[in-house]
Amino acid sequence: MVMIEDIELESLINEVYEYYGFDFGSYSRASLKRRVNRIYELDGFTHFEEFLSKVRSDSEYYKHMVDEITVNVTEMFRDPSFYTVIRNQILPLLGSKPFIRLWHAGCSTGEEVYSVAILLKEAGLLHKSLIYATDINAKVLETAKKGIFPLRMMKEYSENYRDSGGKEDFSNYYTANYGIAKFNEELSQKMVFSQHNLVSDTSFNEFDLIFCRNVLIYFDNDLQKRAINLFDESLSMLGFLALGTKETIKYSISQSKYKQVEKEKIWRKIK
Amino acid sequence: MEKDQINPDFKVLIIGGSAGSLNALMQILPQLPVIKTLAVVIVLHRKSTDDQTLEELIKLKVRSNVKPVEDKVPLLPGFIYIAPSNYHLLFEKNNVLSLDTSEKVNYSRPSIDVSFESAAEVYKGKLAGILLSGSNADGTAGLKAIKNEGGTIIVQDPNSAEMPFMPNHAIQNTTPDYVLNIQEILQYILSIDK
Ligand SMILES: C[S@@+](CC[C@H](N)C(=O)[O-])C[C@H]1O[C@@H](n2cnc3c(N)ncnc32)[C@H](O)[C@@H]1O
Repeated sequence: MVMIEDIELESLINEVYEYYGFDFGSYSRASLKRRVNRIYELDGFTHFEEFLSKVRSDSEYYKHMVDEITVNVTEMFRDPSFYTVIRNQILPLLGSKPFIRLWHAGCSTGEEVYSVAILLKEAGLLHKSLIYATDINAKVLETAKKGIFPLRMMKEYSENYRDSGGKEDFSNYYTANYGIAKFNEELSQKMVFSQHNLVSDTSFNEFDLIFCRNVLIYFDNDLQKRAINLFDESLSMLGFLALGTKETIKYSISQSKYKQVEKEKIWRKIK
Repeated sequence: MEKDQINPDFKVLIIGGSAGSLNALMQILPQLPVIKTLAVVIVLHRKSTDDQTLEELIKLKVRSNVKPVEDKVPLLPGFIYIAPSNYHLLFEKNNVLSLDTSEKVNYSRPSIDVSFESAAEVYKGKLAGILLSGSNADGTAGLKAIKNEGGTIIVQDPNSAEMPFMPNHAIQNTTPDYVLNIQEILQYILSIDK
């Protein structure tokens, strides 16, 4: 396996910032290095200078590189027990509001967004919800908009759905066709997709429930802090922030402002 | 944590295994006194839905503290860390662990290769890697990386392994420093925890 050097990775980060203004400087190095290595190898480069000059001179290639080095792996109802808590504890608390605003930051191809839309629908809340779903990667947002996922994943997803407390026939939510599952338009009607960069963009609305799952793991502590503060600015009083099962706000924001929902990675803004 | 605060004896032991390895660990870990200078990291193939069962099981059997692995937890001597299910476990240069949800490697997440390779880059000669029982080729490339960076590699004696495929695959494709049975692995760990 080819291995790029640490110093080469740093020069890539610098050049990308200089030429395109995108700052990978606060991304966790271990994962970033693996990802850069991977695309360097996949695209058949043998000299780092060559790779660097391609990134510099070819903006299409640069975009492709960014799409490839961000990790977009996602699932519907990943961690079923997390969705059980959203279903049984969080949504009932939001249900009394006249209008519910949700934000999925780093939504990738949208599996998480459709999962939550299903919960909202089953709670009878979808009609009064507005779901913003954002990512830096334009390509994944295209897929998310379409609501088309591989059919072969549906067995696992319907099991996850059931484990999360779902009682319906999961296959009612999509139409199967030539290896793909197209999720019902009813679910996507209330979704708004747009590009948003947690490194540099600001708050754009106020939300009752923000999901940012398995995105912060790619950031160092400083950038995690920035993102958490951005969520803090974007949360309504008594709103909820939901992170991935191995992520925490502990190192990023004053603990007195938030109350954790039991042992879940869900925090309620109380100040 | 700053580099200069770290005990010069600090070493990392990383243990990887698949089918049959839990059994081997359950024979080794209970006999281990409280570890001192060593940080022990365990990467086992496990079900993606297994939340905490493995952690609970191991906690019951060890005298040392098991630190729950979350993103960016410091890696400290005297503690045992277990790679969580459905994430790859990586090592950062500033002595913290980080997690990654990228594609499975060798059909596995956590993958032993991914963690071994990442640990090798950071801990070089201060790393020892042990590969236990399993019926998958994961771990071999990782052992190679550890060896290349100057670390020590140990493979469970296939004769003592419930599933000899994984150790055999490693023995055929690397040059292990030691091939050891379960009791010898315990002795080895005791000998490096000074
Ligand atoms: C592993 S996916 C998480 C998907 C989903 N939330 C889940 O937990 O399954 C991480 C996503 O974060 C996005 N991402 C990475 N850096 C970002 C940034 N600076 N701003 C916004 N999104 C980012 C990636 O493009 C990717 O789609």
